[in-house]
Amino acid sequence: MAFQSEDDAKAYWKENVSLMVKLMVIWFVVSFGCGILLVDVLNNIQIGGYKLGFWFAQQGSIYVFVILTFYYARKMGQLDRKYGVEGE
Amino acid sequence: MDLKTLTYIVVGMTFALYLGIAFWARAGSTKEFYVAGGGVHPVANGMATAADWMSAASFISMAGLIAFMGYGGSVFLMGWTGGYVILAMLLAPYLRKYGKFTVPEFIGDRYYSKVARVVAVVCLIICSTTYVIGQMKGVGVAFSRFLEVKYEVGLLIGMVIVFMYAVLGGMKGITYTQIAQYVVLIFAYTIPAIFISMNLTGNPLPQLGLGSTMSGSDVYLLDRLDQVVTELGFAEYTTSVRGNTFNMFMYTLSLMIGTAGLPHVIIRFFTVPTVKDARSSAGWALVFIAILYTTAPAVAGMARLNLHETIKPMGGENLVYEERPQWFKNWEKTGLLEFEDKNGDGRIQYSANKATSEMVTVDQDIMVLANPEIAKLPHWVIALVAAGGLAAALSTAAGLLLAISSAISHDLLKGVIAPDINEKTELLASRIAMAVAICGAGYLGYNPPDFAAGTVALAFGLAASSIFPALMMGIFSKGINKEGAVAGMIAGITVTLLYVFQHKGIMFVPGTEFLGGMPENWFLGVEPNAFGAVGAAINFAVAYTVSRVTQAPPIEVQELVEHIRVPSGVAAAQDH
Repeated sequence: MAFQSEDDAKAYWKENVSLMVKLMVIWFVVSFGCGILLVDVLNNIQIGGYKLGFWFAQQGSIYVFVILTFYYARKMGQLDRKYGVEGE
Repeated sequence: MDLKTLTYIVVGMTFALYLGIAFWARAGSTKEFYVAGGGVHPVANGMATAADWMSAASFISMAGLIAFMGYGGSVFLMGWTGGYVILAMLLAPYLRKYGKFTVPEFIGDRYYSKVARVVAVVCLIICSTTYVIGQMKGVGVAFSRFLEVKYEVGLLIGMVIVFMYAVLGGMKGITYTQIAQYVVLIFAYTIPAIFISMNLTGNPLPQLGLGSTMSGSDVYLLDRLDQVVTELGFAEYTTSVRGNTFNMFMYTLSLMIGTAGLPHVIIRFFTVPTVKDARSSAGWALVFIAILYTTAPAVAGMARLNLHETIKPMGGENLVYEERPQWFKNWEKTGLLEFEDKNGDGRIQYSANKATSEMVTVDQDIMVLANPEIAKLPHWVIALVAAGGLAAALSTAAGLLLAISSAISHDLLKGVIAPDINEKTELLASRIAMAVAICGAGYLGYNPPDFAAGTVALAFGLAASSIFPALMMGIFSKGINKEGAVAGMIAGITVTLLYVFQHKGIMFVPGTEFLGGMPENWFLGVEPNAFGAVGAAINFAVAYTVSRVTQAPPIEVQELVEHIRVPSGVAAAQDH
């Protein structure tokens, strides 16, 4: 299987890159953002015994990472089908 | 039964299990060897990847480092998991589509140059060897404790066992053995954590226990911990930054992109059947890794609390040295825990003040192994932790040695220097390379540059500064040519190595630091372990600039890049 046209190939790559960029922004925000740069601000909020910034750095960011990779795999599967380029 | 005997039995049983599975799987699958080669289910592959990936650094060392760094230790947690997101999105699917077997092979083809391939091999060997040094430290700590010998003797025994394990060779490639190793490792890590969490907070889930109140009181565990450590003069646990914020940022970034650039992890994604599976495989690997990584902060915090409470209970007297518990005596034999009665009162004073603190050596790498004993858990749990630590260290060390030896024998010898050597010579060369690597790593592990996880962090920095940018630009840019890639890799790894050697000694040999290891000399306060991110930035910049002023890559290479961006038409994984 291959792309129907050159335009399809371009559009597929564009959608892939835009999905990637969106998810990388979330990746950056939960780890570098909430876990490091904004940690002092978020530490003012307390959830149970956890200060929120500390929680993002040692727990929260990891959970989000797991969700991101699965979401990416699922979305890309849909994209492959849309353009008819899924492997067999 | 005494602890020592029980430990021998449990460790022996797990080894027998790995060997048994290896032989069973080998015998059962000879005829379908080639089909199975690319036919590993994503969940199984994810589990095997997790076992491959989680080494002595993750298992033995990391929680101990976090225990003493507090919040600052988060760099390891975010860095070593966040890298999988990059791997899953930016590299794994495309490298799988490309379908070659080694990372230098891809770099050699994409940059149409044997020079690029050789440079990639050299970078790979430097990173992997540094990584093995970290493993040897972990193995040395584990063996010294369980055989009750000095660290140096434990290291020597560890070298012999790792070598034998790696020479058994094919075993490493058998996914089922790694799955068994993962199962042993994860039980060994989580069971003591559950026990300790139950004891301290009444909550069986360590991830929640860390955020709960202490049993029988309404004080949060983390608040208690903050109070205990600050009273002794240490930095507050939940807010102690590692160096400065910029350093933490760079440290995390360096570990993340290093993860995505480490060849022995990338190789795992060649063994799944399709591009789609490569994507979900990374997700599953991350799930299995996250189970350990979200437990580790609880292990760290609770171990630190238990350690201080043992030596000086809240509101009580300092521990009398003669009444010290058995685990204390056992660790003293290894030389990794040392007490010196400075004020001569026969009691143990432990504080942040180096001049008066009587705990003169507390090697942070002992914390995870000592933790179940400190918490007075049953002997079988302690024995299980020993088996888990060894599984983690051995599987990764063996994997890295294979990566090193295949880089030398396959990429360097057969690929470049002597293409017509036969298979037997190639195999012999790979064994010799392995032996040399392990002796080198063992020798350097005698005076490791840092704790196990710190040493491994250096390896990641080196991978981040050399291999990752070359791979990423190879996929996402058609314009980077061979001159750019080669110049970039050399610039990235050279700058990083110079910075590391300048502060940690040439090849980490103590006394050869040419500008001194003083934090005052750190560039913008970035410690050597975190410098890979700077090296990577230099790599990108140099590669881009050089490519702009030299000839664009040939049209076939641009077509190759087009080709790997499309998931369909994937070739079966190739073996070599």
